[in-house]
Amino acid sequence: MFGYYLDLAVRSFRRNRVLTALMVLALALGIGATITTLTILRLLSGDPLPQKSAQLFYPQLDPSPMDGYVAGQTKPPAIMTWPDAMNLLRARRARYQAAMAPVQARIVPQHANQPPYFADGLMTTADFFPMFDVPFQYGSGWTAADDDSHAAVAVIGSALNQRLFAGQNSVGKTLRIGDHDFRVIGVLKPWSPQPMFYTVAQSGRSYGEGTSIFLPLQTARANLMSPSGDIECYAAITDIKHLETAPCEWLAMWVQLDTPAAVADYKRFLDGYVHQQIALGRLKRPDDSLLDLMGVLRDQQVVPDDVRLQAYIAFGFLLICVVNTVGLLLAKCLRRSNEIGVRRALGATRRAVFAQFMVEAGIVGLAGGVLGLVFAELGLWAIRHQPAQYASLAHLDMAMFAFTFVVALTASLVAGLLPAWRACVVAPAPQLKAS
Amino acid sequence: MELRPILATLRKHRIPAVLIVLEIALACAVLCNAVFMISLRVRQMHLPNAIDERGISLVSVNGADPKLAASDIPRDLTALRGIAGVTAASVSNTVPLSTNNIGWSFGTSPDATLATQHTVNLSMYFVGEGADQALGLRLKQGRFFTNDEYADSKLGSGVLPGIHVAVLTESAAKRMWPGQSPLGKTFYSKPDYYQVVGVVADVMRPWVSDAEHAYNAVYFPLAPDAMTSGYIVRSAPEDRQRVLQQATQALQKLNPGAVVKGRTFTDIRNRYFADTNSMAWMLVLVCAVMLAVTAFGIVGLTSFWVAQRRRQIGVRRAVGATRTDILRYFQAENFLLASFGIALGMALAYGLNLFLMKHYELPRLPGVYLPVGAAVLWAIGQLAVLGPALRASNVPPVVATRAA
Repeated sequence: MFGYYLDLAVRSFRRNRVLTALMVLALALGIGATITTLTILRLLSGDPLPQKSAQLFYPQLDPSPMDGYVAGQTKPPAIMTWPDAMNLLRARRARYQAAMAPVQARIVPQHANQPPYFADGLMTTADFFPMFDVPFQYGSGWTAADDDSHAAVAVIGSALNQRLFAGQNSVGKTLRIGDHDFRVIGVLKPWSPQPMFYTVAQSGRSYGEGTSIFLPLQTARANLMSPSGDIECYAAITDIKHLETAPCEWLAMWVQLDTPAAVADYKRFLDGYVHQQIALGRLKRPDDSLLDLMGVLRDQQVVPDDVRLQAYIAFGFLLICVVNTVGLLLAKCLRRSNEIGVRRALGATRRAVFAQFMVEAGIVGLAGGVLGLVFAELGLWAIRHQPAQYASLAHLDMAMFAFTFVVALTASLVAGLLPAWRACVVAPAPQLKAS
Repeated sequence: MELRPILATLRKHRIPAVLIVLEIALACAVLCNAVFMISLRVRQMHLPNAIDERGISLVSVNGADPKLAASDIPRDLTALRGIAGVTAASVSNTVPLSTNNIGWSFGTSPDATLATQHTVNLSMYFVGEGADQALGLRLKQGRFFTNDEYADSKLGSGVLPGIHVAVLTESAAKRMWPGQSPLGKTFYSKPDYYQVVGVVADVMRPWVSDAEHAYNAVYFPLAPDAMTSGYIVRSAPEDRQRVLQQATQALQKLNPGAVVKGRTFTDIRNRYFADTNSMAWMLVLVCAVMLAVTAFGIVGLTSFWVAQRRRQIGVRRAVGATRTDILRYFQAENFLLASFGIALGMALAYGLNLFLMKHYELPRLPGVYLPVGAAVLWAIGQLAVLGPALRASNVPPVVATRAA
């Protein structure tokens, strides 16, 4: 029977080519817009480290004075002062813990005629690499002892290794950063979790190319490298060059906690730390927080509002296209009342007529889906040529590819319900009489 | 035109009528909100900015030895002023819309600190001698800085300069002392304090979070310092590209160890508003396609409708209706349906706006959008119905006599 319905559908499309083309085109435009915006939304709100995000936590506390504090309403800032970060780091209460801040590293090429350039860097501590499962191509990260002894070592990303050392094993080579020499001890495989969660509160950029170079925090600071991210100060500053003693927040702190018990333990430890510091007179405000990775991304609102608005508008547009398809399908099917009358008179059941029209709607949906996919690819291509941070990420993956057809079939079958129902209630006798 | 027969017909063909109404309502709701969002973005991109945007280029020199800044900067500026076509050159820590922002909170009472409530957050521009000419700032009151003030102003190891003079933008001055003359007034951030010596026309901040605070900025004089690593070069707009290229080359040659990067102000502005711009165009595209889809939907449904009623039309013609009567009938019918759709659409538009206001920082939809949206949809409805209605008016009376 299905084959027969297909044949009938194709015949009916041939009879009203323009109407059919309009229906498919409108549906395809709606689907194309929806899939494009949903792909972007899904990419931007994705989990940067799916295998580990549930174990990564972000302690926050508030070093500001009491002035302006409203209990229960004031949220602790997203970044930390040096003393607090160092205290939490040294306490070693989590499986792994690392403090970090973005830095612009001025790379001075070996050849005299090449001008220096800035690479996106990160000043961090030893646990960064095992905590985030950072994959190494050559060598390894540094140790806590290297942190303490201010070792001049560096880990570089694969793109920088390609640029500086033509992709060779560069472990042991020397790299001039600013006015100091660093020894390369590790080279990463391509690694750039999206969104770039670990500096999300400090850097204005949440998507795009990953960090190019990693330096030990203490070593970089001893060389007076300044953080390139956000610096928030809460009291008068006399010396901005020595951020370690300034009343400023500029470090992000991440910890790995493997079990719910460990999370509860750490929260208790954090509360205890804050109360101890209040007793010592260093801190004033009692609030702290320990969000998990996805919680931090939500809290920092990494997904731009515009991207959500675009998705809403695309859905509204799809709805209009579906209503439009309902109207056109209905027009087509009512025009064929005679044909339906004949089929019913010859013994077709209501169910058979209903099925016939649903098959027809389904074919419109599939055609709309295929064309919609073309529109979606076109939309994503356009986005890739925009200057947005996430431009290079805009690709259709298998899941969205399949989802396109789910959306297309659902939309067309929903649109087909009303016309098909109208068709199957056509009474055969009056139609036959009239013609 | 009598509406009763139209209403009677519509009651008989309820489903197609409801579909047209629904389509117009949805289009009206989305259109009003989308056009509103477009207008917000266009307004944001056209906020005035009182500098010579078409004449300015910026060359940043980063990573030079900070200890040599005091001698490097005057040397570099001399070289820049020597380039043919350069009318003024100076240095600054940042420029409007560069996203490179240093904000600081200042208050009007002497005990104001960074953490105090009731302070105003100002973006700080630290500028070298001649910056008012290089930027093309427009002085509204008082004066810009004297050479002595530039020479005496040092940062030391803090963030704020040691000198006690400042120039505010008009908006910043108004926010600090509403209704009073700002000249000679002092603002504070303990232990520093600054007297306002001049007021300039509104210049945007390096980072504009919302239109209301777009102009909260303050100018401080600064002697040559590593902080002022951005060279501002002004020229006639037609010379700008060449001047920028020569300036970048000259500064790279003078500072071989530094990272030198040149951009025109137009580049800076375009990059800043790139996302806003593409969002606006995307909305325009969606609106256009949506209106086209709605129009084709109306064409499709009305054509079918006309075809179904050929016989009735023939009968009407046979008993004396003119072609114009038939044409008017279908136009009036469409107008009626569009009106229902628009009424429903306005309620939807308002609801959608309320939802967006609650979840996103969107202002209330101004009332003027509703009549404009209504007019657009009426026009589109009439345009879409014209073809099918003309076809209907061409149905000959003889149809009535034929068997259907």
